[in-house]
Amino acid sequence: MELILTPEEEAFRQEVREFLAAEVPEEVKRKTMTGFRLSKEEHVSWQKKLYEKGWVAPGWPVEHGGTGWTPMQKHLFEEECAAAGAPPVIAFGVTMVAPVIMAFGNKEQKDYYLPRILRSDDWWCQGYSEPGSGSDLASLRTKAVLNGDHYIVNGQKTWTSLAQHANLMFCLTRTDDSGKRQEGITFLLIDMEQPGVTVQPITTIDGSQEINNVFLEDVKVPVANRIGEEGKGWTYAKYLLGHERTGIAAVGRSKAQLKRLKTIASAEQHEGRALIEDANFREKIAEIEIDLLALESLVLRVLSDESSGKGPGPEASFLKIRGTEVQQGITELLVEAVGNYAHPYVPDAMKTGWNEDPIGPEHAASIAPHYFNWRKASIYGGSNEIQKNIIAKAVLGF
Amino acid sequence: MSFAFNDDQKMLAESADRFMLDDYAFETRRKIMTMDEGFSRDVWGQFAELGWLALPIPEEHGGLGGSTVDTAVLMECFGRGLVVEPYMGTVVLGAGAIAAAGSEVQKAEILAGVAEGKTLLGFAHIEPKARFTLNHVETTASKDGAGYVLNGEKAIVHNADAADYLIVSARTAGGTTDADGVTLFLVDSKADGVELRSYPTIDGLRASEVKLDGVKLGADAVIGDVDGAMPVIEAVVDRANVLLCAEAAGAMEATVKLTVEYLKTRVQFGRPIGDFQVLQHRSVEMLGAKEYSRALTYRAAGVVDVADARDRARAVSAAKVEMGRAGKKIGQDGVQLHGGMGMTEDMAVGHYFKRLTMIDMLYGNTDHHLRRFARLA
Repeated sequence: MELILTPEEEAFRQEVREFLAAEVPEEVKRKTMTGFRLSKEEHVSWQKKLYEKGWVAPGWPVEHGGTGWTPMQKHLFEEECAAAGAPPVIAFGVTMVAPVIMAFGNKEQKDYYLPRILRSDDWWCQGYSEPGSGSDLASLRTKAVLNGDHYIVNGQKTWTSLAQHANLMFCLTRTDDSGKRQEGITFLLIDMEQPGVTVQPITTIDGSQEINNVFLEDVKVPVANRIGEEGKGWTYAKYLLGHERTGIAAVGRSKAQLKRLKTIASAEQHEGRALIEDANFREKIAEIEIDLLALESLVLRVLSDESSGKGPGPEASFLKIRGTEVQQGITELLVEAVGNYAHPYVPDAMKTGWNEDPIGPEHAASIAPHYFNWRKASIYGGSNEIQKNIIAKAVLGF
Repeated sequence: MSFAFNDDQKMLAESADRFMLDDYAFETRRKIMTMDEGFSRDVWGQFAELGWLALPIPEEHGGLGGSTVDTAVLMECFGRGLVVEPYMGTVVLGAGAIAAAGSEVQKAEILAGVAEGKTLLGFAHIEPKARFTLNHVETTASKDGAGYVLNGEKAIVHNADAADYLIVSARTAGGTTDADGVTLFLVDSKADGVELRSYPTIDGLRASEVKLDGVKLGADAVIGDVDGAMPVIEAVVDRANVLLCAEAAGAMEATVKLTVEYLKTRVQFGRPIGDFQVLQHRSVEMLGAKEYSRALTYRAAGVVDVADARDRARAVSAAKVEMGRAGKKIGQDGVQLHGGMGMTEDMAVGHYFKRLTMIDMLYGNTDHHLRRFARLA
């Protein structure tokens, strides 16, 4: 069941496809498709290529460097990038903090940060969660005390993805705890490369270290690095979280992973035939594929609502729920597909420059770790339980 | 048929659970995993002293002659403790094969050593291309005078690198998936031509790919009947599977317990998140899944020692399916209900989840056993 495209859309897709075929290095494609870690350089290098082409920020207004694409074009672009094994653009700069700076930042901030984000000159991380503030983010306690022309910030952020690469953090801090919790939060941009900032890796159950604790001890943050007004940070944070819901659904990536699953299931031998010829396994793939088709349909509807001026409604929370369930479902079937070779844990095989023989099939090394790593998807970005609460309140009026 | 533990089993469970609490806490286990062999010889020695290694071994060979249910009781405790010591490979699979089919000489040579903690075994049957098909054996044993020469490759052999002997299946006749024509061999792990490629497994254990390159064996290396090993292998693996289900029951119970504790202590929105009905119901569902899986597991454990091959196979496959489903739900939900903390290596819940997942992926996953059960209807 393919998308029905106009000739213009088809031509656009071809153009994107040709660009990607020419520009995505083979090694990067291999790593992206198999879920191996890319280096900071590989991510930045790719994003700079997109920037040169003018394609790094399709969601941005044209006046700031966006592409002016239709919803379908944006959707096709995401799909083709995933199919070509292009690294996903790191969300923290381009899709998370940038819209907040555009909507609520002052001129100096826009003039300074937006071009740097576009060029991937800065690597951003997100200082939101704290050990005591996960789902209840508004309870956060990292304190920012005003001291003349700067704030002194103390506290601990956790689950800070890729902070080890970051030079900047957009951070929710508490400037006032006298009133309602949501009203005492301030949105600060923090330079990570200064005294008082300590990044400590957290090892996740798959053995990787993509998230961190970030300790902030008497960190000086100039008032010029405050976005908008003191005490309005919660509004800006909600704006950010609601802004890019279709991205987190990752339809293009799931399509690419589904294709990979079918390839692997075709290679895996099962009682004299390929595993994909087993009716039970084939039907399990079909169920996910149909869930994904429905997800894509709703994504396209939400995208077209957005472009006709209707903002992303809370219905968009559905996209996060099913998007992550589909992603996780595919990782489950991948584990089933590799069978016995889910057992060996060979983390070195997932790094550049490893050239020993694989243990079992080459694709096996990342599959079980990826399954365990991807359990995070139903937890992060607002857990799926919280998403259901949001829909219950905001859509159904409970 | 009894569905309650007898006094001996109760005492065994109490003493094993106390061991886990006192001597095998989470941090202790972490340190053990970093040891050279991936487990502790010290702990293994303690298992020997406690009689646990002797439990299922026949009395006439230094064992306690325990039943599969007795062993299941112990395995359940191992599951709660996330034990990494090579009980499955040495005591259940390896010693199980020797006890079932070995000659008197082989039994005398091996079994007492296992019970005393002196001898370790690796069960080398799974092959790289076999997936879960037990009959799929490409490793060959060609006649070489009175003896044999082994050539081939075995996969996912737990703790082969610590084993003194490997019990290896090889084809002496027939086509790749023929049930007839497979023979079991007792191979010195240091023999010429035995090459190991060892690695950690994602659930904290250790295993190896074993290459057999012209390994020369005497006639006395044959375990049981030439060409007739498959029924022995099936019986041994069936028993191992139900014991894996018992281990899983312990892991599931621990996961539910940890999760409920977390829900009762983690405060968000001004109250423990366990106050939320949705999470209470999820916990209840986890508990129910564990109860049903555990009950079926013990039932199957009782069947395994007395049933014919077909009934035994159906009982074990039923237990493995129930366990696979329950383990997935409990493992996944255990992590989910712990929120971000569930994703970190520091919390035990993720380790239980990994163990449950890999138990499902050993000797046939849920789909494999569903199919076997259905075919034997």
